[in-house]
Amino acid sequence: MAEENPQSPSSGGPPKPPAPTPAATPAAATPAAAAPAAATAAKPAAKKDDARIAPPQKTYVPRPGLMDQIKDSQIWRSVFRHGYPNTVRNRSLAVLSNVFLHLHPVNVRTSGLRLSFTWCMGGLTFFLFLVEVITGVLLMFYYRPTGEYAYRDIIAMAEHVPMGIMREIHRWSAHAMVITVWLHMFRVFMTGSYKPPREFNWNIGVILLVLTLLLSFTGYLLPWDQLAIWAITVGSNMARATPIAGYEGPLSSLISIDDVNLVHSGDDMRFALLGGRFVGEATLLRFYVLHCIFIPLVATILMAVHFWRIRKDGGISGPL
Amino acid sequence: MAAAAAKPAAPRPKVQLVWEPKELHRRDWMLVASWSLFALSSLVGTLFYVLRYLFPNVTYEPPLQFKAGLPTEFAPGRVDERFKASFGTWVVRNELGLYALSTVCTHLGCTPNWLEGEQKFKCPCHGSGFRKTGINFEGPAPRPLERYRIGLADDGQVMIDKSAKFQGEKGEWANPESFLYV
Repeated sequence: MAEENPQSPSSGGPPKPPAPTPAATPAAATPAAAAPAAATAAKPAAKKDDARIAPPQKTYVPRPGLMDQIKDSQIWRSVFRHGYPNTVRNRSLAVLSNVFLHLHPVNVRTSGLRLSFTWCMGGLTFFLFLVEVITGVLLMFYYRPTGEYAYRDIIAMAEHVPMGIMREIHRWSAHAMVITVWLHMFRVFMTGSYKPPREFNWNIGVILLVLTLLLSFTGYLLPWDQLAIWAITVGSNMARATPIAGYEGPLSSLISIDDVNLVHSGDDMRFALLGGRFVGEATLLRFYVLHCIFIPLVATILMAVHFWRIRKDGGISGPL
Repeated sequence: MAAAAAKPAAPRPKVQLVWEPKELHRRDWMLVASWSLFALSSLVGTLFYVLRYLFPNVTYEPPLQFKAGLPTEFAPGRVDERFKASFGTWVVRNELGLYALSTVCTHLGCTPNWLEGEQKFKCPCHGSGFRKTGINFEGPAPRPLERYRIGLADDGQVMIDKSAKFQGEKGEWANPESFLYV
């Protein structure tokens, strides 16, 4: 071993004089190839075995950490096709290559982030909608929309199902959502954000407002107590006054053959809404399906359009 | 045009091309740590309670123990089907006494039917057949129907406890609790 190393101090005959110290110090400071030479120079009187015992000098190469290995794996690269988002390009790709984030503008004006400008009411509305979806799905595990069980299940969910405030979270979030939608609309109006090129998105927003109110209205019936039944009875009476399609509404008498009115209490708008002439079990099932499936589905699609149009219309509007 | 050309070129807005982490001072660290702890505990707590929500405290299933009436109500040699739908149990009387059979087929868990004419339990799913004793003799069922613990309550009624099962192929039918001598 020692004979194979020409730089070993024992290979030569007499020990060399120690190398000058000022020359050895900078050599030791630089890593890699210069290091063995410095080590031999610093220890001239080393024994024969020392070359074998001393660990080989190596340059330090940091091993890739666990996170680096995960991020280099094919699984990770198949999902995230951009590098760490610390450059402008990668930060743009992080948004653009994500199906959820791409609905959102890549760049947001500083004014758009100011709470005093947006109040974050649209974002809060969306957050509350997510809360409604999650708690609503959980409530569906225990609620049966039939005359026999509906009220009983509502009571059971408060009394002995774990996490008895689940329905209260759903209810209060619904109330809060109606408020935040109105405040969002108020802000958009006050900042003139309904003006071109955003007039289409304003209209989407108006439909979303109506859907929010309809979600509240259909959800109102589901507890199936006296308050719910009579509230829907009163509320759905408005449908009687629908023009043409409601039997008490204007122009409905025009749809008649001689003196026989074709629009009557058995086939008008309210009848379609209630599934009968009065609020009964058919109404409960109908409102349940509207509340859990139909309206949320339409609202979700329109929300995607709504968010995407913000980006397409130039991001959040600037200050006036 | 000339005036525009004469103007010095406006300096381009400086674009930050690379994001560099700032040094985290002690106060900022406290802030980050506090919010992280708050967010983490909220998340874990929410997830825990959502999971807990899926395990109801009260079920509407029939109780595991039930009284099946007086022993004299059961005719000898007959399979009593009164408790099949409600409690999933056949009560059978032979010349010595009573035993309670599970209505769960030992093949894949369907409910067999008692065929009075052929004196056998026949499973409609895959055709397993069981004798009146519960012993399997045809079809894919690998072992006999299970028996439940049976005894007499204080008021003299037959008491059946579905929480204790006795499997014939293990010799558990020899257990005195699996058969009621009356």
